[in-house]
Amino acid sequence: LTSVFGSVLLVGIVVLFITGLLSYAAYNPNLDVAVNDTTPDKGILGFYLFEWPTHPYWLYRLTQGVHVTLGFVLVPVLLAKLWSVIPKLFEWPPARSPAQLLERLSLLLLVGGAVFEFATGIINIQIWYVFPGSFYRLHFYGAWVFMAAFAAHVAFKIRTMVTALRARSLRVELRTDTAHTEPEPLDPDHLVSPAPAPPTISRRGALGMVGAGSLLLLLLAVGQSIGGSLRRLALLAPHGQDLGSGGPNDFQVNKTAADRGVLPEQAGQNWRLTLRGGPTPRVLTRTQLLALPQHTAHLPIACVEGWSTENQAWTGVRLRDLAQLAGIAEPHSVLVESLEQTGAFRSAALARNQILNPDSLLALEVNGAPLSMDHGSPARVIVPANPGVHNTKWVTLMTFRR
Amino acid sequence: MNRIVGWYGANPLHLLALLGCFALAAYAAVRLVSFQPITVAVWFLGAVIGHDLLLLPLYSVADRAIPAILRHQPTPMPTVAWINYVRVPAFLSGLLFIVWFPLILRLPAEYPLATALSPKPFLSHWLAVTAALWILSAFAFAFALRLRRARPEPPRRRHLHQPG
Repeated sequence: LTSVFGSVLLVGIVVLFITGLLSYAAYNPNLDVAVNDTTPDKGILGFYLFEWPTHPYWLYRLTQGVHVTLGFVLVPVLLAKLWSVIPKLFEWPPARSPAQLLERLSLLLLVGGAVFEFATGIINIQIWYVFPGSFYRLHFYGAWVFMAAFAAHVAFKIRTMVTALRARSLRVELRTDTAHTEPEPLDPDHLVSPAPAPPTISRRGALGMVGAGSLLLLLLAVGQSIGGSLRRLALLAPHGQDLGSGGPNDFQVNKTAADRGVLPEQAGQNWRLTLRGGPTPRVLTRTQLLALPQHTAHLPIACVEGWSTENQAWTGVRLRDLAQLAGIAEPHSVLVESLEQTGAFRSAALARNQILNPDSLLALEVNGAPLSMDHGSPARVIVPANPGVHNTKWVTLMTFRR
Repeated sequence: MNRIVGWYGANPLHLLALLGCFALAAYAAVRLVSFQPITVAVWFLGAVIGHDLLLLPLYSVADRAIPAILRHQPTPMPTVAWINYVRVPAFLSGLLFIVWFPLILRLPAEYPLATALSPKPFLSHWLAVTAALWILSAFAFAFALRLRRARPEPPRRRHLHQPG
């Protein structure tokens, strides 16, 4: 059983790690370390970073939806795996050689890292910010501690796992009921109980129970990433309810205007958009923006928390047109700033490919109506495949850089 | 060389892999704890202790206690082993609680303001799913009982001997 759970985790955790690294890359941390990088002291841990693409437009929705939903699915597998090896924790003497002592130390990092990563991720998406400091720091550096121990553990145990998997036929086990379940023969690792109690559940039963747990968590969470009528099925997920506001702005909100301290007066008649970067700053009213060529793009909002919306029809001015207007035809990047006074994501830097994509907009309308306050009225950025928090809301200042 | 290997207790590659592991882990850990080092360490160690010494013993004790408490039931008719009809719904309901307890218990105060969604439905959703699981399990038990009583004791199959 340990080997079955182990092999599922081996694949699952590698996928979690890769999608996690991709999510970090999606923030373009090296583009503007002071603004985009939540872990600016990453050093060599950012060795793999690359410019995040804008194609396909659903890329981040997919990678982050997989990251979060798969995390839930693996919870029962992780618990079962730890349950199956718990006798090793109470082994006596604790170590018979320096090698064993060191390996057990690495297991502390492995188990601590695993539970730490799952706990911080699961707590963060429920908007329960009780952990010390920035979630991004904890989850990113915690992941590297965990993966270091994970790699060593896989290197040591993969042969044991393969041998154990080969020793039993899955077909036979799936046909064996509790009455015919025999205990494991004693193993060299002393994991098997020398005096087992009579079995109360078959191996297929134990696998089925864990599988049912994964399936249940999947069913009750995946709807918040797929959307549509499935959203209502995400009974326990934070974004499983319909917003219920009705109308064109009735789709999920990450942080409302009230939460971020943005007042309707700030977004009203007196609102101005300032474009900087060229020889002289340009200041535009909403009416002037609406007089510029308008473009419509069908794009989702995809949050780092794993939930997302279906495509919404955003209408506004192309970012590349705004760059032209600012006087910079060949922008290297743009710093977008919000009316929000505080918060880690009151500003974001966008890369050249994100500015030049024809579907990248400063949106003024969504689904044919002006943006609501909660969706960033009067103007917000929307860029294909961009993480939600980088689609800055309540935009007031854009600084284009060559 | 052989003496060192004998003293260490494993292949030198084992040591090399562990040193690599600790080097990378230390590099990341220094950054992990660079703000609020004590609280972060408490969280990290708390994760191990919370799981290994709290959660796991608790559910193990519960798993053992249930049959012990309910053991001496008279069984005048043929019956089936009932423990898994209790264990499975309890496990599934508990699993949902462990994952979603912050929302179920309305701990994230910022949730309604941030998302413009109601914090209320999670408790009732969890209770409803839990109830559904127990009802399903009861039906499954009743069904198994009927099957069992409809036909005589099946002959026990030959025991399968498998190498580990």
